Amino acid sequence: MNVHLKPIHEIRMTRPDDGIAPGKPLLVVDNISLAFGGVKAITNISFDILKGEIRAIIGPNGAGKTSMLNVINGFYHPQEGTITFRGEKRSRMRPHVAAHQGIARTFQNIALFKGMSVLDNIMTGRITLQNRNLFWQALWRGPAEQEELEHREAVEHIIDFLEIEHIRKTPVGRLPYGLQKRVELGRALAAEPSLLLLDEPMAGMNLEEKEDMSRFILDVNQQFGTTIALIEHDMGVVMDLSDRVVVLDYGRKIGDGTPDEVRNNQDVIDAYLGVSHDE
Amino acid sequence: MNAQTRTAAAKASGDGAAMDTFPKFLLSNAVKLADRPAMRHKDLGIWQSWTWSQLLFEIRAFSMGLAALGVKRGDKVAIIGQNRPRLYWAFCAVQALGGVPIPVYADSVAEEMVYVLNHAEVKFAICQDQEQVDKVLSMGKQLKKLKKIVYDEIRGLRDYDHANLHAIDGVEALGEADFEANGDKAWVEGINKGKGGDIAVMLYTSGTTGRPKGVMLSFDNLRISAENGNAFDGLDQTEETLAYLPLAWVGDHIFSYAQHYTAGYCVCCPESPETADADRREIAPTYFFAPPRVFENLLTAVIVRMEDAGNLKKKMFHSFMDHARKVGERILNGEPVGTWDRFKYFLGEYLVYGPLKNRMGFTRMKVGYTAGEAIGPEIFSFYRSLGLNLKQLYGQTEASVYITAQPDGEIRADTVGKPSPDVEIRIADNGEVLYRSPGVFVGYYKNDEATKETKTKDGWVHTGDAGFFDKEGHLKIIDRAKDVGKLKNGSLFAPKYIENKLKFFPNIKEAVAFGDGRDYCAVFVNIDLTSIGSWAERNNIAYASYQELAQHPEVYKTIESHVDQVNRDLASEELMAGSQIRRFLVLHKELDADDGELTRTQKVRRSFIAERYSPLIDALYDGSKEKHIETEVVFEDGRKGRIAATVEIRDMKEHPPSFVAEGMKEAAE
Repeated sequence: MNVHLKPIHEIRMTRPDDGIAPGKPLLVVDNISLAFGGVKAITNISFDILKGEIRAIIGPNGAGKTSMLNVINGFYHPQEGTITFRGEKRSRMRPHVAAHQGIARTFQNIALFKGMSVLDNIMTGRITLQNRNLFWQALWRGPAEQEELEHREAVEHIIDFLEIEHIRKTPVGRLPYGLQKRVELGRALAAEPSLLLLDEPMAGMNLEEKEDMSRFILDVNQQFGTTIALIEHDMGVVMDLSDRVVVLDYGRKIGDGTPDEVRNNQDVIDAYLGVSHDE
Repeated sequence: MNAQTRTAAAKASGDGAAMDTFPKFLLSNAVKLADRPAMRHKDLGIWQSWTWSQLLFEIRAFSMGLAALGVKRGDKVAIIGQNRPRLYWAFCAVQALGGVPIPVYADSVAEEMVYVLNHAEVKFAICQDQEQVDKVLSMGKQLKKLKKIVYDEIRGLRDYDHANLHAIDGVEALGEADFEANGDKAWVEGINKGKGGDIAVMLYTSGTTGRPKGVMLSFDNLRISAENGNAFDGLDQTEETLAYLPLAWVGDHIFSYAQHYTAGYCVCCPESPETADADRREIAPTYFFAPPRVFENLLTAVIVRMEDAGNLKKKMFHSFMDHARKVGERILNGEPVGTWDRFKYFLGEYLVYGPLKNRMGFTRMKVGYTAGEAIGPEIFSFYRSLGLNLKQLYGQTEASVYITAQPDGEIRADTVGKPSPDVEIRIADNGEVLYRSPGVFVGYYKNDEATKETKTKDGWVHTGDAGFFDKEGHLKIIDRAKDVGKLKNGSLFAPKYIENKLKFFPNIKEAVAFGDGRDYCAVFVNIDLTSIGSWAERNNIAYASYQELAQHPEVYKTIESHVDQVNRDLASEELMAGSQIRRFLVLHKELDADDGELTRTQKVRRSFIAERYSPLIDALYDGSKEKHIETEVVFEDGRKGRIAATVEIRDMKEHPPSFVAEGMKEAAE
């Protein structure tokens, strides 16, 4: 019979299961405070992200959303508080630890290798899953080659999943913005993350691109069971996509709950619509 | 595959029964061509292939699975999606059970689809993916007869209610289990019950006017047409083709299905519609069909890239292309050509033509066809001069495609060739072309009135096209018979003829001509964004949108020169000199099938456009210099928006008639 490649839902994730049952907290941030000199970016924030959910972090400009993501994946180190990921409590995360433990992210301003092809860019996402050492990789023939083939197959599944077959070999710099965003998502997916952080995945997109991206985010969540935390400004998208929303304003948490709860929260309404300060 | 699996199927094909249905061809091909490739599909970046014996294995499982789901003789089954192997298998799987497959245009919106599915009384729908499943589900209760939906790709469908929703994988598993337990004797018997006169497929015509009509084609219609086509061009099991045109279109059904089974050749499905160009290059089909716009786009892409090439390459390209233009077609037609010219052409093959053909994926092309619309003479001869055997044919859904085709060595850019084998043609008094052939359709489904209007009692079919035979017996089509009109001054007005002349310029994507019953001819022009966009880039012309580019004065100047050239051409033709273009405008939006302005096969719906843009048409005839217009547009997801623009209108001058006619000379004296 034919050598058929496995359909993507049958592909076993190479990363070992994170051991957290669906619905249980995958990540807990507890009393996090972050300051840059005298500027307080985040003050005493606590929330959790449950396994398998789509969690949105929203708030007006400068509320500390991106800082929060940077704390979670170890780019910023908070002065106070703890981060518990997969049951392991830390006072600070480190980026390479975060990556190896299964946290992948995309960036507000796309951070791809512009001169490299889509395929190569996504391949870089597999780096934490590569087992062969530098020697084997430099030698290339043998085990490293076999390993690369396996990674390539996984990447092809992602390309198929994100419907970007037609640009597989195109240098990323030549692609329109919306597609670059999709490639970035592809690279994050290539790491087979248990937690995916998306920093404004839909910024600067038109309606059609937003709809495509929303569909991909939902599909990722459904198909791979990936837990997703996303920052987004488009309220329509946030309310439709997410299971729970946490709202930040001036570095403080002002709301946390389902989209409906958040929508009716007076503090949130005030933060977004503004409130007069006469009283 | 184990030996036991072939039992009943292998015996059946040895019976020497009449080969009159496609499932019977499947049984016989699985034995005769057992190890020849039958189908390929690029999946995850790798070409997967199936031989004919594997195809039988897959289709049998699929078909027996469908039977287990309840598909019975006479049931209508919709097939909705793009060119994917399993959807092609679905045709045969359904036909094997005596059902009638009905392919539906994958890009049609739910409202368009609901009419077809309801009219055809579809009981089952086989969908490609979530997008199509969603469309069918959104029609909900409107589809009274629909029982079950089967889908190919599970993505996004995991959480759907699976009571009446099945994955093809599951269906095949059902069929395989049945086969393991009971063998395929009953299934093969079912196939042998099929007769050539049975309805093989129902194809809904995209309908330039009114509601789509379901054209019923029998196995005999398709099989005889396909076999004639195979014989005409010497096609056999060694051909490879690329299936990239809509499944619901008769052309694809003949080229990628009927001829595929009768000739036994290999059909390749691209990875996705967007990769079709790259995939064609990898496959290099030997038999290729494309509507003119595909050839136009390819040529435009080549020209655009050559503009950006280095000087040496540019020089080589132009010098060898000039040479090809001079002798290429003559060499292809087998006419005598001097030794030096032959040598230079041979050199060019290595340096320019070969690499160019490779780039376009035509390296192995034995026969290529273009049809559906008129092709620009320059485009046509460009490909011919490269040594590609590109030909034209004229066909219709109602004829199972073939009406006329150009025999090798008798190729003209402006004719559609001689009657195909077994086809009789006559021209009615009003100029309409009528034909009679074994491929003539059985009738329109549930529409006897329309059937009677189109097909006479003795089997002649009205094409609705006006045309005539030239001196060499080649048919020339000028326009839709009902569209040919007269200007107020009495001169003949053939809108499509004028539109085609305009569209032959790479800068013009679409044109719509008006003039019937009016004082003069006036046109709407749609610019071609690829071509004009690249020109704008090279000339440092900044623009923010299609709309802005379309109204740019420099663009108007370019289009004006094209219109002027067309007028000059028209002036040299006796019949057409009176209908030169007096005024034109460049439309602010691209004509789009989603807005109903084009059919799904990208043909202009003139009357609809006339209604939608009536203020612009009034402006064309009331002498105004510009006009403000607001139009509603539909986005791909079905939402609506409005765009507004002020459109400029330009006047043109007519050229004096430049042809020499008997009557004219007398009048001058």
